[in-house]
Order: sequence, then structure tokens, then C-alpha cells
Amino acid sequence: MAEDIPTNKAELDARFSDLYRQHLRDVYSYSYYRVGNHYDAEDLTEQTFLQAYRHFERALRESNGRPLRPWLIRIAHNLAANFYRDRARKPVSTLEDAGIIAEPHTTESLVESREELKEILEGVGKLPDDRREALIMRFALGMDNREIARALGRTDGATKVLLHRAIRQLETIVSAGTEAGG
Amino acid sequence: MSAGVTEFEALLREALAPVDPPDDLLARMELRLVNLTELAQDEFEAWELSAMRDPRNWARPAAAAVLGASAGTALVVLRVRSRHRSRRQQSHNLFELAERTIQDFAEEARRVLPDR
Repeated sequence: MAEDIPTNKAELDARFSDLYRQHLRDVYSYSYYRVGNHYDAEDLTEQTFLQAYRHFERALRESNGRPLRPWLIRIAHNLAANFYRDRARKPVSTLEDAGIIAEPHTTESLVESREELKEILEGVGKLPDDRREALIMRFALGMDNREIARALGRTDGATKVLLHRAIRQLETIVSAGTEAGG
Repeated sequence: MSAGVTEFEALLREALAPVDPPDDLLARMELRLVNLTELAQDEFEAWELSAMRDPRNWARPAAAAVLGASAGTALVVLRVRSRHRSRRQQSHNLFELAERTIQDFAEEARRVLPDR
């Protein structure tokens, strides 16, 4: 399918504006789960969209009408890799903070549920990078296999296997933690 | 087994809930884009066309476009370069071609970069 490429700056800017309004939450969520805190997530999100703006015209041309979300997430993925390389560190806070944001607890049952979610998030943090990223894309962003494959530069089949193994490994980690905890 | 996996995936979906960005992030990001392009715009506005008759001065605005680097400035260069090719066939001499290209560069910069 041929992409309708804007012919002037105003149209291009309008298209870009649509893009970042539509995917700001996706990029922010991805960034947050990668870096583990809001301060760096904001920085990473800004850098992602600035980078995207610089290459937007070409991306439109080369996308052939396909959604641009995987391209955006791939930019965020590369920037996050640089982020760790430059600072030579892993996230300063763990992913468990996200559970607090997602589900504030008010009752005892929710507290128990939160414990379970906390264990899962801790398990996600123990996964190899590629498996953790695939899970973030699938469950936090709701991306399908094809989108994840494009974002990670893999085939659809390899992505399906990656996700399957990530979930299985995470289940094993969480089960082991539960058994060890009594 | 599959029911267990489904249940586990539901928990995983809950654990990895989307995280809403701060309310003002969108506005701040737009401002950031504008600020970046304004940095380069200052360079273009300070640049007198008359001074550009001397080819030795041609490097400066080009450097401004590269150093200003982000966002709109890169598009200025791309668009001017594209039109330069077609203009080359229409111009009577090299000087006229250079002057037209420089004027086009300034006009494109004014159009691409936001009004302050």
C-alpha cells in the first residue's frame, strides 16, 4: 500500500503531531519499564520523539502504510541501550514501582493481589533483556507478534518463540520464588 | 495448562499495566521541539544575504543547519538540496545559481522554523 506522504511542512508536522499524541503513552510506558523511574522515562520519551521527528519524512516514505509504532519503539529501544551504555548502569529502581502506579490498594485482597503482581514484576526484572522487552511490548503496550517482530528486528516466528519462552521462564521464576517463600 | 497460562498472562497484563505520562509532558515536548528549531533560526536570521555573495561565508549557515541539527533544520537542508538540482538546469551561470540557492535556503528556513 502506497503511503500518502505530506508535501509540505505544515502537513508533515500535523502528521507527526498525530503520531506522538497517539503513541506518547506507549513510548512512555515502554521507557518507564526499561529505565524504572519517571525522571529517566521522561527524558527517554523526549529523546525518542525528537529522534523520530528528524527522520519522520523518511519513515513515512519507507513504511509503505504500515503502522509506525514499532519504528518508534525501536528508536526508544536503541536509545535505552545507549542510556545504559553511557551511564554504565542498570535501572536504579525496580519495576515494582510500576505496580503501585497501576493498582493502588484499598482492601486486604488487593494487597494480596499486589504481592502477586510484585513477584511477577520482580521476575520480569530477572529475565534476559530480549525476553523482558518482548513482554513489555506485548503486555504493557498490547503489541501483536508482527509489531514486536518489527520493533526487535526479528521474524514473526522467532518473536512468537521468544514470547513463549519468556512467559514460561517467568512462570518458573515466580513459582520458585513462591515455593521458597513458603 | 493452557488455562493456567491464560491466568498467568492475565496477571502479567495487570502487573505490566500501561503507565500514564505526566500531564504536562506533551506540552513540554512540543516546547522542546520549538526551542531546538529556534536555536538554528537565530543563526539564520543573523545571516545577511549580502554577505553571502562571498563564497567564504557560505560555510557558516550550512554549519548552523548541521549544528542546529534537530528537527526542522534537517528538513531545510533536504528540501533546498532537492530544489537545487532542478534549478541547476535553469540558471544562466554559477553565481546566479548560488544566489538563488542561498535565498531559497533562507526562505525555507523561515517557512520550516516556527514564528517566535
